[in-house]
Amino acid sequence: MKGSVAVVGGGIAGIQAALDLADSGFKTYLIESRPSIGGVMSQLDKTFPTNDCAMCILSPKLVETGRHPNIELLSYSDVKSISGKAGDFKVKVVKKARYVDDAKCTGCGTCTEKCPTKVLDEYNAGMSKRKAIYIPFAQAIPRVATIDAAKCMYLTKGKCGVCKKVCGPKAVDYEQKDKEIELDVGSVILATGFKPFDPSALSQYRFDHPDVITSLQFERLLSASGPTQGHVTKQSDGKVPQKVAFIQCVGSRNPRIDRKHCSSVCCMYATKESIIAKEHDPELDITIFHIDIRAFGKNFEEFYNRAQKEYGIKYINSRPPEVIVDAKNSLSMKYEDFNSGELKTENYDLIVLSIGLDPSDSTQGIARSSGIALDDFGNIATSIANPVETSVPGIYVCGVAQGPKDIPDTVAQASAAASKAASLLSKERGTQIKERKFPEEKKLSPDPRVGVFVCHCGINIGSVVNVPNVVEYAKTLPYVAHAQEMLYACSSDSQVTIKEAIAKNNLNRVVVASCTPRTHEPLFQNTCREAGLNPYLFELANIREHCSWVHMKEKEKATAKAKGIVQMAVAKSALFQPLYKQQVSLINKALVLGGGVAGMTAALDIAENGYNVTLVEKEKELGGMLREMTELYNGKKPEEVLKGLLRKVSENKNITVLNEAKLEKVEGYLGNFKGIVNARGKEIPVDFGAAVIATGARNFEPAGLFGYGKDSNVITQAQLEKMLGKGTSANTITMIQCVGARNKEREYCGRTCCTDAVKNAIRIKKANSKASVYVLYRDMRTYGVNEKLYENARDLGVIFIKYDVERQPIVQNGSVVTVHDSMLNEDIEIASDLVVLSTPLVAGENEEINQLFKIPLDKNKFFLEAHPKLRPVDFATDGVFLCGSAQAPKLMDEAISQASAAASRACTILSREFIETEGAVSVVNEAKCIGCGTCVTMCPYNAPSLYDATVKAEEVTYTTKKSKINPAACKGCGSCAAACPAGAIIAQHFSSKEIGEAIDAFDKGVKSISIGKDMVEVTV
Amino acid sequence: MNDSISDGISAEAAAAPKTDGWEPKIVAFCCNWCSYGGADSAGMGRFQQPASARIIRVMCSGRIDPLHVFNAFLEGADAVLVTGCHIGDCHYVNGNDKTKIKYKYLENVAHELGIEKERLQLNWISASEGEKFANFIRDVTEQIKKLGPSPLKPAGVV
Ligand code: FES
Repeated sequence: MKGSVAVVGGGIAGIQAALDLADSGFKTYLIESRPSIGGVMSQLDKTFPTNDCAMCILSPKLVETGRHPNIELLSYSDVKSISGKAGDFKVKVVKKARYVDDAKCTGCGTCTEKCPTKVLDEYNAGMSKRKAIYIPFAQAIPRVATIDAAKCMYLTKGKCGVCKKVCGPKAVDYEQKDKEIELDVGSVILATGFKPFDPSALSQYRFDHPDVITSLQFERLLSASGPTQGHVTKQSDGKVPQKVAFIQCVGSRNPRIDRKHCSSVCCMYATKESIIAKEHDPELDITIFHIDIRAFGKNFEEFYNRAQKEYGIKYINSRPPEVIVDAKNSLSMKYEDFNSGELKTENYDLIVLSIGLDPSDSTQGIARSSGIALDDFGNIATSIANPVETSVPGIYVCGVAQGPKDIPDTVAQASAAASKAASLLSKERGTQIKERKFPEEKKLSPDPRVGVFVCHCGINIGSVVNVPNVVEYAKTLPYVAHAQEMLYACSSDSQVTIKEAIAKNNLNRVVVASCTPRTHEPLFQNTCREAGLNPYLFELANIREHCSWVHMKEKEKATAKAKGIVQMAVAKSALFQPLYKQQVSLINKALVLGGGVAGMTAALDIAENGYNVTLVEKEKELGGMLREMTELYNGKKPEEVLKGLLRKVSENKNITVLNEAKLEKVEGYLGNFKGIVNARGKEIPVDFGAAVIATGARNFEPAGLFGYGKDSNVITQAQLEKMLGKGTSANTITMIQCVGARNKEREYCGRTCCTDAVKNAIRIKKANSKASVYVLYRDMRTYGVNEKLYENARDLGVIFIKYDVERQPIVQNGSVVTVHDSMLNEDIEIASDLVVLSTPLVAGENEEINQLFKIPLDKNKFFLEAHPKLRPVDFATDGVFLCGSAQAPKLMDEAISQASAAASRACTILSREFIETEGAVSVVNEAKCIGCGTCVTMCPYNAPSLYDATVKAEEVTYTTKKSKINPAACKGCGSCAAACPAGAIIAQHFSSKEIGEAIDAFDKGVKSISIGKDMVEVTV
Repeated sequence: MNDSISDGISAEAAAAPKTDGWEPKIVAFCCNWCSYGGADSAGMGRFQQPASARIIRVMCSGRIDPLHVFNAFLEGADAVLVTGCHIGDCHYVNGNDKTKIKYKYLENVAHELGIEKERLQLNWISASEGEKFANFIRDVTEQIKKLGPSPLKPAGVV
């Protein structure tokens, strides 16, 4: 058994899995076949549905991965084979020759600059050129040059050799050879991602025309780091297009070319790309041609609605058969609008093909060479109950290698895979790791020397705020010893630049003007630490979320405000003092709330990782909604899954189950929570270091809708599910989708209802082929591989009728359903024995828990995760995690993945030896303290206490009370400092002096400066 | 060097009459966990708002000392916003309950000093309420524009 894991694939899935494992005590090898980690996410401009800048959220993870002492990065390396068994695998890896010594290369880029050979740049999806020796993108990790052996003139023809001549550190090595190495690991995680579908296979779409491009190419056009710096132009003539069309499902939902799956993400990325394009150029006319719009995830439907209402993006229900290129080389399409039946012809300047996700070649290669089973679609085969386990024990899978999915689902699965690998190897935890070392802090010189780094954030800041102007302004501010601009302050090369600037200019305070400290502060604080500065000498000035993004149309005002924000940050930072965290012990036990499938899975995973868990369930029995189900969507029986889980839970000594129980009180914080659980009227104290919220959701009761509650023939899909456990005698069954969802009160999509409906339709048809089943839908959202079910249902004769939201079906007397078929444009009457209403899951009693743990809810009262993309199972509050339908409706395999993910995240805490307390705590100035005890009554954590002190003042000596604050208990909220009547308490890092300086700086206003060529003139 | 506009937002703004084109200066105290996150969400959702507010981040609204608020007024703020998590959501158990009590007191003093009630406002904004944050800034800016500069503003400050 080995305490190490090999993660294959360095996209966001591999990165997350590696970070989780490395953080919970395992040596991790991250193997990536490209020169840099980052995967396809690194090529994205923004992410849906928040339009968060993809690189901005990815880059800190890249840097963290590159820096982690327990992650060994094997980039530009391929896995040849995996052999062995769970606990002891041998992984053969070929380190491809880069022809550059990565130990020597500094990533300075001189070679790239001087290289005469230009090659199509895959990072920009072939729309620009790079050099034959290159670093794939600015934020690349590792930041090492690679020679493209197929294109290099020296390696192909023996001529040139320029890069070797110009390389200062002598890193270029034309003699380098591929090297094979063998890794001994306990477990393997496959995160091999996908390959974008190549649309040349569909000649009717004329991908040969320069103005027919893929969605990935369009994404690159939108990106500031793309070939056109974020300007959407036509490849043919460089002009700005007016009319743009997206064709959906190119390479998806197409049995003719053996692509039967739905790629899950294309509807949303097309929507996202359209919105961003409109933000760049509001004049653009954009149409999205689609079959169904699959906006099934959290906040997706809202995003889709906004695209239509706020951005005027047109959605046409149609699948154009071809792209027509006329004699003048212009583009047009003939299509039938499925909603009206009309035939139309329309000209377009630019056509974007929304390409699907194909299994990657390496997925297939590794699967074949190592005997790992694939499913019908070519993805790594898994099951609903074990969504990250491959056919080989000890080898796990995550991300798109397992099936198409979006980033949050990928990240959750990655953590889930990490959890499984960690529980397999839990005995070996900590045997192969090293501690992270930082250099000693340098002595602070008495005068502040502030360095200011102003970020363009691609065009996120730079297109609104005049960044050079802000830099020049910063140079005029007191204490500023250095100021400069950066394209992406969070990229790895920027960290090097910041460290160099600190050393060169002897900086002792650092201000980065970029984005929110809520996501990026830790990254820059670590950079400071690596440069020998205490992390509390750092301040972020948020000129993106609070400035460029909210004043997009007022560039001058935004620039002035950015200057003001920087000025405040500089003024405050000058007062910063080094602060230190304390180490306190933690409770290595977890609490899981909710005993459904998610809660049981989370509890089991944590228990199998070797920690004690208390599982709290409000009902008499564990099982939750799994008990209500009579068939899984792969045809398997839910009882078996339930039985298996129940058995494992009851057999596991690490799990204590409390039934008919409710958490009533919680206090404490990360690592040290204390709670009271009321179980059958008895109050039981529970101590825990981390908690997982898995309280699920409940079915929406459609009271009063379509006669529900009045007519017994009108039931919900959940009731039908139960009924089908025994079978039904009904001959004509009509299902109505989106009842109580995608409307004014509940804007969101129920996500699971389409799959549930299709599953039950199939069951009815299989039991009785004569039965007629109608499904009245708005969009069928059987995303991913569940598209297979939709196809099965149609093959079995289930009739799907699309209705328009404005013309809802009508149910009379609980039996006659009248629906306006929007495709045929006529009313259809269906005499039904059973009318089934598909309703969404709605939030359960989340409000109570939200109060207990102080964790936020979203507007639909589901829990709000820390970040919708990259922290899908975390809360902003440390030590509390989330999984299953408590976050948003979910299919069972997704809930299970998330549960394992939450367990993995919890284990990154439970596996620690100690917890670091807050560094920015409050301290008492003893001389000023009058011993009144106000702070003692104010503090919710009992951090301050009074003690007897002897005071000598002039001639008199007397005893009095003084307060002192226990730094290990203080959380740094500063309430005591605000309440102290004597002003004796200093809330460090947020002291009245520091706040006062910031206010004062604000008051000074922004002085006007005029910028000459080399000189800066300040008008004061 | 020109001493007369030393405290102006910009030379143009300083020269402009105070009624039109005048941008109020608003200091918004935000707690790290909710309202600061709300301001971030406003950015992520691209909810546009006037460039009149400067955010001062504190860990909890409970950190906001009445003195900070008056400090802001005395330094020339036209309005001061006290914001935090919704009641019950405070990351530090009950910091915002304390804020609520302190705010009552603040209101009274502000009233005594003749500060219009629009100039001092309390609002609970969660991390997901980006649109609410933007609307709040817009509304306050509109209200203050109607009122004009704060009576407590020191001479020479615009
Ligand atoms: S943390 Fe937001 S009010 Fe206390």
